[in-house]
Amino acid sequence: MTDILMPALSPTMEEGTLTKWHIKAGDSVSAGQVIAEIETDKATMEVEAVDEGEVLEILVPEGSENVKVNTPIARLAGEDGAAAPAPKADVPAATAEGKTGDPEKAPQQTSTPKVELRDPEIPADAKLVKTTVRDALRDAMAEEMRRDDRVFLIGEEVAQYQGAYKVSRELLQEFGERRVVDTPITEHGFAGLGVGAAMSGLKPIVEFMTFNFAMQAIDHIINSAAKTLYMSGGQIRADIVFRGPNGAASRVGAQHSQDYSAWYAQVPGLKVIAPYDAADAKGLLKAAIRDPNPIVFLEHEMLYGTEFDVPEVDDYVLPIGKAKVRREGKDVTITAHARMVGFALQAAEKLAEEGIEAEVIDLRTLRPLDHETIVESVKKTNRLVSAEEGWGPMGVGAEVVARVIEHAFDYLDAPPLRVHQEDVPLPYAANLEALSLPGVDKIIAAVKQVVA
Amino acid sequence: MAKAPAKNAQTNAPDKIPNTPTASKEDLLRFYREMVLIRRFEERAGQLYGMGLIGGFCHLYIGQEAVAVGVQESVKQGHDKIITGYRDHGHMLAAGMDPKEVMAELTGRIGGSSKGKGGSMHMFDVPTGFYGGHGIVGAQVALGTGLAFAGKYRGDDSVAFVYFGDGASNQGQVYESFNMAQLWKLPAIYIIENNQYAMGTSIDRSSSTTELYMRGASFGIPGEQVDGMDVLAVRDATARAVKRAREGGGPYILEVKTYRYRGHSMSDPAKYRTKEEVDEVKKTRDPIDHIKLLLAAANATEEELKVIDNEIKAIVAESVQFAQESPEPDPSELYTDVYVEA
Repeated sequence: MTDILMPALSPTMEEGTLTKWHIKAGDSVSAGQVIAEIETDKATMEVEAVDEGEVLEILVPEGSENVKVNTPIARLAGEDGAAAPAPKADVPAATAEGKTGDPEKAPQQTSTPKVELRDPEIPADAKLVKTTVRDALRDAMAEEMRRDDRVFLIGEEVAQYQGAYKVSRELLQEFGERRVVDTPITEHGFAGLGVGAAMSGLKPIVEFMTFNFAMQAIDHIINSAAKTLYMSGGQIRADIVFRGPNGAASRVGAQHSQDYSAWYAQVPGLKVIAPYDAADAKGLLKAAIRDPNPIVFLEHEMLYGTEFDVPEVDDYVLPIGKAKVRREGKDVTITAHARMVGFALQAAEKLAEEGIEAEVIDLRTLRPLDHETIVESVKKTNRLVSAEEGWGPMGVGAEVVARVIEHAFDYLDAPPLRVHQEDVPLPYAANLEALSLPGVDKIIAAVKQVVA
Repeated sequence: MAKAPAKNAQTNAPDKIPNTPTASKEDLLRFYREMVLIRRFEERAGQLYGMGLIGGFCHLYIGQEAVAVGVQESVKQGHDKIITGYRDHGHMLAAGMDPKEVMAELTGRIGGSSKGKGGSMHMFDVPTGFYGGHGIVGAQVALGTGLAFAGKYRGDDSVAFVYFGDGASNQGQVYESFNMAQLWKLPAIYIIENNQYAMGTSIDRSSSTTELYMRGASFGIPGEQVDGMDVLAVRDATARAVKRAREGGGPYILEVKTYRYRGHSMSDPAKYRTKEEVDEVKKTRDPIDHIKLLLAAANATEEELKVIDNEIKAIVAESVQFAQESPEPDPSELYTDVYVEA
């Protein structure tokens, strides 16, 4: 007997919808035969049989949603009982990412963590609608494209493919190929083309499939976009948004897993935004598109599928450059941005069980950095831990700590600590990757050290 | 040995149009005036550099005047877009920018076109459609392709004139841009000013193929080689390419064979070529001498040219005076123009 398991069809897939079975009990299947269709967070994929034999039983009926990776979905009788057994879920080598007793990734954010504070920007009577970060970003672009014909989206696979991560889903259908433009794989070229179009008065949204690939285009982001207003004495602006996923995905290795927050946040002329939840993703992307300056908008692939409350209001635009206190506490201030905010909130909940009340500040915008909010918090808590996914040296945490020392030195009761990725390229092996990336446990350890 | 610019235009354009340039005396006088303005302006800029009034890098356009002046004849000012690299003074003057503002930018004064914050390589002027002035070799090709994209997006019939040199023609982003421009039939005129030296490296030493007008062939972009020392040849080749682009025919490459008389920048002694080579071009191919011959044939008198010469002398002297008298930017300008206030 061989179990057919729910397959992982993308690096970040944890569950999916079994949309269709092409086989039924009693059928015999051969290797390579299409047996089912599965919808992931990115696409609908056909599943082929690996083993041969008679179908004994369909274990998960078609139409089932949220089927976890590695769940047995059907059972085959091996031919003469001789078919090689399928890998089992409890064999580490074959498990989906992040499930190998990995303390950092165990608390995957597939559901919304308890966020303690309602955003003051959200009207008290606004209805809250559960929305994924992915759809919030899409809605932001669609709303701004409806509002302003100068706004267009350009990048790899943004149109016909509906977005490599489905962020641009249905935009081609609504806006047509004039305004949703598939490019060749040519980051340097299309980033420069976007900046040129912006100089001429359009408002491009340039999507990088990931910011790792924007390394090819960084000359245009910095030399052509960030500096032109200044070099032209205020005559020429580059009103453009560069956006896409940034930071570590899952098991994709060093070249696809870098956090560029600190790189871009160092450059005058750019504004750099890195939201955590869906409401901020929407409100800040709309603000970024409207802002007349070049913006680097850093998304996180691991959050695309996560649902959060988004207020149902007509035009939800948030101010750029304002941090947000996501949890109040009196004992220690934890600063974080993007995915690390979720880990910081989880760490705060665990710390609370031990009587340590952490205040969690979501930076949201890295340039300009809202250090007033951080400084005010540290004046109350007297302790600081910064958390970021990128490397520590010259990083976002280094900047946060320097600003706090400059503005609140006398209030500090302990040296501030930085939590960050280990100082190595991100490894592929699941255990090494988990050791390298910062998460809940490292934040808790740092907090305990500063409050000791 | 002197590599004189090609006399006979070569082309891989689909239909060869005979090139028998003619121009009215009035047009010839205008071209003469614009070319002399660029030359006299650049000579004075070189002098001010030597006096320490201009700092940093300063790349002079002397010898290449016929290119910018010939191309400009096809530019609809205020409608079309022009973009170039760091050797940009000639293009700016041809585009119609105020010589006072250009010279004051060179001296780093508040009266400069970028308030003294850009310098020689970074000047811009929206009314004349001049979008820089870019210091990273090849960057202007992708940016200029974006200017063309914007024109097509808006549905007007504007054209982007994208200048770059033989050196930039080996940059990867040039080919990324060619691909998109032809794929989307963008109205981009790529003008390769082949002055035969990428800084100190001759084209033979830097380029596996030196027929730069063929560089779009693998994308299906037609191109032709033009005598860049002949303003009428440049004018006519550009006009054909622009007509095609305005009608939706897509991008076109003009390889304009020219020659720079001075070093790459002010600090370049130009040891990589012989004095004889430079002298030979000056003696036999000079673009201003060439138009003087055409003017003589059109019965222009020495007196008519003298009037223009004196007028240009006055304009350049005025720009130098302005560039020296305009104050340095106020220290408060340090912090302006970093962001547009939303």
